[in-house]
Amino acid sequence: MDFALTQDQRLMQESLVRTLAEASSLDRVRKFAGDLSDKGGDVWQALVEFGLAGICVPEEHGGLGLGLLDAALASEALGAAVSPVPFMGVVLAPIALLRGGTAEQQAEWLPKLAAGQVMAAAVISEGVAGARDGAGIRASNGKLAGKGLFVPGGMAAGLLIVADTEGGLHLVRGDAAGLRRHLMPGIDETRRLAELDFDGVEAEPLSGGPELLTALRDAGWVLVAADSLGAAQVMLDKAVAYAKERRQFDRVIGSFQAVKHLCAEMAAELEPCRSLVWYAAYAFDAAPAEASLMAAHAKALTSEVGRFVARTATEVHGGMGITDLLGLHFWFKRLGLNRQLLGGPERVRELAARMQGLSAA
Amino acid sequence: MDLSETAEMAAFRGEVRGFLAAHKAEFEAGAAKDLKAWQKLLIANGYAARTIPKAYGGYGAEPDILKSRIIAEEFIAAAAPRGMAGQGISMLVPTLLEVGSEEQKARWIEPTLNGDIIWCQGYSEPGAGSDLANLQTKAVEDGKDFIISGSKIWTSTAHLAQMMFCLVRTEPQAAKHEGISYVLIPMDTPGIEVRPLKTMTGASEFNEVFFTDVRVPQDQVVGGRGRGWFVANTTLKHERGMLGDPNAAEARLNSLVHLMTTETVDGQRIVDNPIFRDRLMQLQGRVFAMKFNGLRLLTSQLTGEPAGIAGLIVKLQGCELNHQIAALAIDALGELGVLYTDGPHLRAKGGWQRSYMFDLGLIIGGGTAQIQKNIISERGLGMPREPKPAAA
Repeated sequence: MDFALTQDQRLMQESLVRTLAEASSLDRVRKFAGDLSDKGGDVWQALVEFGLAGICVPEEHGGLGLGLLDAALASEALGAAVSPVPFMGVVLAPIALLRGGTAEQQAEWLPKLAAGQVMAAAVISEGVAGARDGAGIRASNGKLAGKGLFVPGGMAAGLLIVADTEGGLHLVRGDAAGLRRHLMPGIDETRRLAELDFDGVEAEPLSGGPELLTALRDAGWVLVAADSLGAAQVMLDKAVAYAKERRQFDRVIGSFQAVKHLCAEMAAELEPCRSLVWYAAYAFDAAPAEASLMAAHAKALTSEVGRFVARTATEVHGGMGITDLLGLHFWFKRLGLNRQLLGGPERVRELAARMQGLSAA
Repeated sequence: MDLSETAEMAAFRGEVRGFLAAHKAEFEAGAAKDLKAWQKLLIANGYAARTIPKAYGGYGAEPDILKSRIIAEEFIAAAAPRGMAGQGISMLVPTLLEVGSEEQKARWIEPTLNGDIIWCQGYSEPGAGSDLANLQTKAVEDGKDFIISGSKIWTSTAHLAQMMFCLVRTEPQAAKHEGISYVLIPMDTPGIEVRPLKTMTGASEFNEVFFTDVRVPQDQVVGGRGRGWFVANTTLKHERGMLGDPNAAEARLNSLVHLMTTETVDGQRIVDNPIFRDRLMQLQGRVFAMKFNGLRLLTSQLTGEPAGIAGLIVKLQGCELNHQIAALAIDALGELGVLYTDGPHLRAKGGWQRSYMFDLGLIIGGGTAQIQKNIISERGLGMPREPKPAAA
């Protein structure tokens, strides 16, 4: 019985935090946020050198061959740094290829993904969160038609993993004819969402069907939950630090119970999320029977706690909290996007109920 | 992360299961048919008083957190009653083992374990609740004795107890925390009056205890005169661990799932109402999070690493969660959830209603939610204490 991170996992996460402090500082994030021509190539390159691009690619294909818990720890660090890196595809593409791809597809794509030459994105929002504005992608005769929304990293991806309306999955090359991309400008300027239009786009089918989509959904939920955990922890830390410095009425505001109890509430809500995210990530690889339910709860609970911490930590900072000067809003907005990405908590909990036969729907 | 069980632990789990299967006739639905005989059987097999030395009537095993956990899990799974768990066994005995004299250990531990002596805890006073160190019950030296006068409140089982472990002020001149002693008082001593304190559940779960010139020998002090505050803090640690136990929350959530999938309104199951279903799922997510937080704490205990905030939040979050589970059960029952005494429509003997009211007391008792938030922010987040107001 050992419910803890290994020494290797801790060292990897600490080392990634240090790498991000340098390559993805708040100043760097600000520049990315304010300039659409900035593709964040230098940040990506630093993470490729770290090995992050191949974190879930097997060693024989040039990656690190690590599991979802390791990927979740990386995601947590990226959320903490509000880093402008589209990470979800980094993890979901190898899972899709390993579980649903042929040996040829794996041999073609995995080394390129691990080397960071190709970035990947998953077009699965409609199959998980539901279809908005008539979105949805139909497959027939090896071609895809329709549109997929809210694709993180979709603007830059050279490889797309696409779910169709029947739950089938496909590989699409980024340069395929008939594929058009449009930016969906949102509140979180640290991650760019894309709308992808498919007009008779050639695609290669992946095997696995709805089960593979479930796996991608579960892994996606865990990654978003971990990102929220990291972002919320930083907001709490910043609120505590600010409350220890800011003086009013001749004392630091952190000595007022009205303020310190807000901080205690944030800590009390957030700390159990850490254990839930660890377990959900661990279950994905080690306890498949529980994986979907735990991933759903991790996603839903970090969404709720993330909103509470985002709001409360901002409030502890007083008026400064809502200014651009402090930059706290980058974390606030990161948590705002995470809450809705791959389904808001209400939808995710409804899916959790269905998994247990508690919903007739 | 590795949650698999070693062969040794799997074998131990098999032993516990075997024991419970063999003795199934001696208990039913969480209650032993003969409480004292059951307790004796449990001690003899190492399922109660497990780590207490044989010399004091225990089983004498080495502490093993994993085995203790396996015992707890298997007893819950079999709905088998654990051993006696009064404040004597869960709080006084560990204290005596840590700081009691040899004579005190020899005299009190064994009859306490066997259920021959029931204890109550005399800590809180009308003027000393959250500010416990402000207690005023005084013990004045008189020859070889102390003469005790004052009063205690929130004293559960005082009406049944033969003995009380009690905090009294022995050094009125000393600083607040340094003038207190921890004494053992026989409840039949002249001058002690116990008055039941009826609470909103309708039962008298607590008492008030009044002391008028109660004479107690000075050798009944545990851990040294004036050391009572530090002695008591050893036991409060044990109490806070007991309150907010995540295993209890999980068992309770399972009962709630059962209720919501069996009760109907207009022929529709409660869980088929999307609003109730969502509330259930919200609580389930929190129960899982606290369960895994508990496993993380267990691992820190095993490795000896400090648990930090994960440990400080258990009482606050666990008690709140229990209360919310009871609240949802009552809402799911609707008008049935406000019936209370025996009748054809009453569900679960009114247990949810009683929990909803009693658990509010647990949020307050053992260090209020607000005191817990002070502890989390001060010890966990390093935030400053509220400054003392300048003397008027």
